Amino acid sequence: MPRLIASRLAISLLTLLIVSMLVFVATELLPGDVAQAVLGQSATPDAVAALRSVMHLDQPGWWRYLTWLGGLLDGDLGRSLVNHIPVAQLIGSRLPNSLLLAAVTAAVCVPVALTLGIIAAIRRGSLYDRVAGVLMVSAVSVPEFLVATLAVLLFAVNLHWLPAISYGGSIHSPLQFFRVFALPVLTLSFVIIAQMARMTRAALISVLDSSYIEMALLKGARPVRVVLYHALPNALGPIVNAVALSLSFLLGGVIIVETIFNYPGLAKLMVDAVATRDMPLVQACAMVFCTAYLLLVTFADVCAILSNPRLRDR
Amino acid sequence: MSDATLQRRASNRRTGIVALSVVGFWVAIAASGPFVAPHAEGNVVSSDVFAPISTAFPLGTDYLGRDMLSRVLFGARDTIGVALLATLLACFVGGTLALCAAARGGWTDAVLSRAMDALISVPSLLFGLVVIAALGSSIPVLVGTAAVIYTPGAYRTARALAVNIAAMDFIRVARARGERTTFIMADEILPNMLLPLLTDFGLRFIYVVLLLSGLSFLGLGVQPPQADWGSLVRENIEGLAYGAPAVIIPAIAIATLTISVNLLIDSLSSRRQGADAR
Repeated sequence: MPRLIASRLAISLLTLLIVSMLVFVATELLPGDVAQAVLGQSATPDAVAALRSVMHLDQPGWWRYLTWLGGLLDGDLGRSLVNHIPVAQLIGSRLPNSLLLAAVTAAVCVPVALTLGIIAAIRRGSLYDRVAGVLMVSAVSVPEFLVATLAVLLFAVNLHWLPAISYGGSIHSPLQFFRVFALPVLTLSFVIIAQMARMTRAALISVLDSSYIEMALLKGARPVRVVLYHALPNALGPIVNAVALSLSFLLGGVIIVETIFNYPGLAKLMVDAVATRDMPLVQACAMVFCTAYLLLVTFADVCAILSNPRLRDR
Repeated sequence: MSDATLQRRASNRRTGIVALSVVGFWVAIAASGPFVAPHAEGNVVSSDVFAPISTAFPLGTDYLGRDMLSRVLFGARDTIGVALLATLLACFVGGTLALCAAARGGWTDAVLSRAMDALISVPSLLFGLVVIAALGSSIPVLVGTAAVIYTPGAYRTARALAVNIAAMDFIRVARARGERTTFIMADEILPNMLLPLLTDFGLRFIYVVLLLSGLSFLGLGVQPPQADWGSLVRENIEGLAYGAPAVIIPAIAIATLTISVNLLIDSLSSRRQGADAR
């Protein structure tokens, strides 16, 4: 098993390397000259040439990629094209906010989703299961910005309970904390809970279909006991896997949610950078997000390996 | 067969029929919308902004006083047409590569699968943001980006199906007969995996709609004066405070489209499982 996990980690590293190439190539696709685009139409040829050499645009692409990659590993992410602040500093000031948002969302989602999913699996085919099923499908297929819009309409415009925009920065009391996080977390949780509960239900049901569960029921064990003591331990691996995969949906969600609620996180920084075409910042933010995503997916894979006894001897 | 199973199957069927008619309705609107719209897409026709529903303007007016019914009809083309095109492209490319990987195996399979795995580990919205940062936003860029983003997913599903079929005896027989790889791909493997592929197509279509309307909502998708439903929600968001139909109708349009496609797939695939179980 250690060999299997080691090879899984090696594959993740390789994937990260390919992803870095993808991100670099995608951001270099800009037709025409970046220096020209930065300086605008009225720039003199001298100024464009000078900026080209400062930005190393006169060097071949593979060389610039290697320099950029070396800089990434070194922690030197370059400077923003817009305000010339080091990218590392910009990211450093926003990353904790995004991590906090993700942590609060995860803390809300995991218990709720597991409860919903397990109940649906226990009472499979019941009215609750079918209604919950339709609701979950609907929640998964509605875009986050709609959920956010409706939540603002209900809680901020009609009921006046919560502010429509989160003001990050200083939070002094639990009430303030709640007011800042309530709407963004509600929006994010909506999709993630539905996804996680569906996968939990599916994982548990596939265990419940096995013959040892039928045996346990036949010998007279109560259904709740069968689910909690007989089935759940065996479904734990797939469920942890489902949790990690669902949390990776966070990465798409935060981009929308941080923009709508003006939350000062990394995703908002990246959307602003895209709007101003601030390439070094876009590249660095993209790499942070891809790394986070790969970490979650790899974690899910390793959990799946650890929980499967058949893979233990490899 | 018990009464409960029969009852569940009937209710499943009902859901499927309702979902199918909603999907059909929107596809018909997308195809005919621009021809039946009472006003041109960008025409300001009223001095009244965020007007409520009236006989002159059946869906009210938007933030500039344009006819909302026409905007939604044109938006259907930009939402459904663009998404459909991107999904077709993604499923065609992904499916072809998957068949190729399954039929040839070995190095082709390894290299393709590795590359697709890398592509799939860039979160979709993020990938869209990066490409749009570089190329700017236009309809061809949106179609291309969405197609590239969802090709690996289509590849994975199709490959998983195709590899199982490629391991069967009749494929070995075809190989022994000396058939060419393209024949094995198109005439032996493909017909046996069409239905699951169709389900996958539907799912991917939903993802594309969600991605594109998300991008439009961020102001990075379809550019004004053209507008898909995501941009319609974005540009009329101020009407939320007055409960204007201008923001509610496009929101409902997106939700009904994606939810009904999803329910349709659910009902189709559970009916197939039911058929398999018998």
